[in-house]
Amino acid sequence: MSASWVAHLESQLPAIQVVAPMLTAPVCVLLRRSRAAWMLAMTVTLGSLLTSLLMLRHVLLHGALSYQMGGWAPPWGIELRIEVLNAFVLVIVSGISSVVLSAAPGSLPKEVPEERHYLFYAAFLLCMTGLLGMTSAGDVFNVFVFLEISSLSSYTLVALGPSRRALVAAFRYLIVGTMGGTFLLLGIGMLYMMTGTLNIVDLGIRLVEVQGDRTLLVALACVVVGTSIKLALFPLGLWLPNAYTFAPAEVSAFLAATATKVSYYVLARFLFLIFGVSLAFDRLHFDHVLLPMALVAMFVGSLVAIFQTDLKRLLAYSSLAQVGYMVLGLALANRSGLTGGIVHLFNHALMKSGLFLVLAAVVLRLGATRLQDVRGLGRQMPWTMAAFVVGGLSLIGVPLTAGFVSKWYLVQGALESGRPLVAALILGSSLLAVVYVWRVVEEIYFQPAPEGRQVAEAPLGLLVPIWLLIGGTVVFGIFGSATADVARQAADLLLQGPPVGPALGGSP
Amino acid sequence: MNPVFWQTVWGLLPYWLVIVLMMIGLHVVMTKPNLIKKIIGLNVFQTGVIMFYITLGKVDGGTAPIFGSGGDEVVYSNPVPHVLMLTAIVVGIATTSLALALVVRLHEAYGTIEEDQIRRLEGDEV
Repeated sequence: MSASWVAHLESQLPAIQVVAPMLTAPVCVLLRRSRAAWMLAMTVTLGSLLTSLLMLRHVLLHGALSYQMGGWAPPWGIELRIEVLNAFVLVIVSGISSVVLSAAPGSLPKEVPEERHYLFYAAFLLCMTGLLGMTSAGDVFNVFVFLEISSLSSYTLVALGPSRRALVAAFRYLIVGTMGGTFLLLGIGMLYMMTGTLNIVDLGIRLVEVQGDRTLLVALACVVVGTSIKLALFPLGLWLPNAYTFAPAEVSAFLAATATKVSYYVLARFLFLIFGVSLAFDRLHFDHVLLPMALVAMFVGSLVAIFQTDLKRLLAYSSLAQVGYMVLGLALANRSGLTGGIVHLFNHALMKSGLFLVLAAVVLRLGATRLQDVRGLGRQMPWTMAAFVVGGLSLIGVPLTAGFVSKWYLVQGALESGRPLVAALILGSSLLAVVYVWRVVEEIYFQPAPEGRQVAEAPLGLLVPIWLLIGGTVVFGIFGSATADVARQAADLLLQGPPVGPALGGSP
Repeated sequence: MNPVFWQTVWGLLPYWLVIVLMMIGLHVVMTKPNLIKKIIGLNVFQTGVIMFYITLGKVDGGTAPIFGSGGDEVVYSNPVPHVLMLTAIVVGIATTSLALALVVRLHEAYGTIEEDQIRRLEGDEV
């Protein structure tokens, strides 16, 4: 009796995961009080984390979990489908969202007026709804719809920033982001035109049989352009530096860790599980486009970061570079390369959200994040600044930090695919990271603090989340094999490509 | 006239119209400094994609997909693209209204909705 009840509940989890934050967002708006809205949002976010952990357990033990919306069977109905790879992405998204949200009451009041807090929490929940939905949706059209839900709410989150330039950043992000979404929609339309289906599993089965390369190539190009804009792959990601700089630091931490990561997953899914390696890379040669873009992103992002005088902007440009590393893993399309890309997805989510939370603490105490403002801060905020250094080391990829693990696999993947030059470029761009991290370290520790500045250490409400994330980068740097094993499983799944077999529901 | 030429121009006419519409939209978004005009361009761009989907659903001689007494021999148009576009239109409306709200806030903050003027004001702030 009780066993069947548990099984029944477990089969509902994918729907609960998406619906719960969506329904609580308007409740947050109705609550209006900052504290109450935060408690509600926190409960729901932790609930999402619990749900995604339960689903991960189920998927690892019993295989894929499928939920049919309204009881309509795929490929006609809407399906939410949880497999090993997206179960992990769900855990990452909901886990980091929980940690970042727990820091909100500490950091938000400085940047967002109290009477707008409930709107922040509502938009946060809606954004999470979209991200979780994008990850678990089983058909490509719903990927688009959830992508737009998360994008619209992230424009709002960016616009909440304290200076009026946040509005300009949000508007530009909206224009570019909508373009991206529309290109994705166009690509999906072409896939539908060729196969008559929208279900991801079904698309994978049918697409191999499509004759003629031209429409396929255009569809792939539209999809890659659309997702790359959301993913912030250089040069399509130039909305990102301004958006991250002028958004509240809390929002930057959230978006850097989740929005780009989910878009990365969507891109990987289109490339490997819908088109498949043999189609996208061997037949259409799309690696010839992705590989140079990834390399350029790595270098341009790091080079521009060196010359920034604002720490938030510095981290934003460094994000562009890190996205390059992740996409490089996709473009290499072998086991080690993909493992590196996926591990880096997790590691970068940890370190970037940690680093942006450090900046949230700096904003809280100093009100600014320019390089000259943080001068000598190492003695006044030792714990916060130590976290920045550890996170920075991880960005460079120093051994014993998480960044080392991902770069190790990426270099290995480049060598295995017979591209020693790419391996050298990975190391070369890491040297650039040394430069921009060192500039900050020098200001923090080797410059005297301005006369008469009294700054207290960040409150515990911020220090604990910061060290949870930054400590995570050390833990997963030392025990890197744990995350790498999981990523290798996911990479194997991706390399297997789209399922082979009879199409769902017979011929169209 | 060359039959291949006619097939490319006339046979693919809906697609040409879609492409022209999208490019007009893209052009407006990229070249007009006025933020409202940018939003209009974005709408035209999205409409191009909506038209594209609608042409996908067209079946020669097809009628409205209402299941009636016609029996098996009635040909129906494909309703799926229409339904998808209903959702896409809603997404477009949400985007437009958010964009317009941002323009209102921008106007309050900068006193202008011309991008070049805003950029000049931004330049002073760095």
